[in-house]
Amino acid sequence: MNLSSLVIPVLLAGVAVYGLGKRVDVYAALTHGAEEGLSVLLRIVPALVGLLTAVSMFRASGAMEWLSGLCAPALDLLGIPPETAPLMLVRPVSGNGALAVASDLMASHGPDSYVGRVAAVMLGSTETTFYTIAVYFGSAGITKTRHTVPAALAADLTGFAAAALAVRLFFGR
Amino acid sequence: MEMAWVWTGMVTLSLVFGLVSGNLDAVANAALEGARSAIELSLAMAGVLCLWSGVMEIMNACGLSAGLARLFRPVLRRLLPNACKDPETLAAVSANVSANLLGLGNAATPLGIRAARRMAKGCGGVASDELCRLVVLNTASIQLIPATIASVRAAAGCETPFDILPAVWLASVLSVTAGLLAAWLLSHGRAGR
Repeated sequence: MNLSSLVIPVLLAGVAVYGLGKRVDVYAALTHGAEEGLSVLLRIVPALVGLLTAVSMFRASGAMEWLSGLCAPALDLLGIPPETAPLMLVRPVSGNGALAVASDLMASHGPDSYVGRVAAVMLGSTETTFYTIAVYFGSAGITKTRHTVPAALAADLTGFAAAALAVRLFFGR
Repeated sequence: MEMAWVWTGMVTLSLVFGLVSGNLDAVANAALEGARSAIELSLAMAGVLCLWSGVMEIMNACGLSAGLARLFRPVLRRLLPNACKDPETLAAVSANVSANLLGLGNAATPLGIRAARRMAKGCGGVASDELCRLVVLNTASIQLIPATIASVRAAAGCETPFDILPAVWLASVLSVTAGLLAAWLLSHGRAGR
């Protein structure tokens, strides 16, 4: 038996039992959350249509390969697979764009391939940096952001290299 | 507006590459195929995404996020000592962190903004070290269960979409540490000048 086959049923049952013990209407909460999930999905569908169209064209034209080749020497140094170069370029700017690029990588390399896993971990360990900075500082009325952008980008770059490292560590190549 | 540039750049480069390499047929097909696959992907990930959003909502309703918030107060007091002297800012920051951990982005952002606004009071538009730290913390992902990614993996035919969790946690911890370290180094480097 796979350990991760245990995690999902145990988590579902555990959360339900714990919630019911606290007299929470777990079913209402579940459906309310699912509704929220649906509204998240509705918001990303239009963006996915636009972005997957562009990503798919980009790959078919050979431009993706060219871009990966361009970044390969620097990425090799950090142990990052060059196929993920487009993902790293889009990630700080657009969350849905990154989702589109990553899903394209998973579809073309397979979700359980080295590249597919690295793409997923990269997506999970970084954020839409520029969007976040703009929202936070914009609403707080900050114009001098000082060292925030370089520090946040250092975190992103570390996240990308660490994603490749972690996948090699847990799954091998 | 950045995305307008990215999108136009990608589509234009695709056209140029397609013309040069002579596989314009493939590019044309790929455009239609891409649009179609966007809807397929959305449908394929809808179920898993909704299920996990529901589970997160139950955890939230059970008071798990409040528990997480309490758990993180000592760490936050160290990270943002001045901001945490104000109890209301501390409450907003710890709620922001626990919403981030549960992957409730919609809930995390307004809480983080509330904290940022309080921290920015009377600073004349210049970000303090602590405010930079709060923003860096929010630009680095600290999500415990990345439900959207798991649903994309499931949509791509993966049977164990959650098996990447340990790798995600490790990469997240390293990335957050690097961000905070870089912020500290940069602020001290400049103060010394």
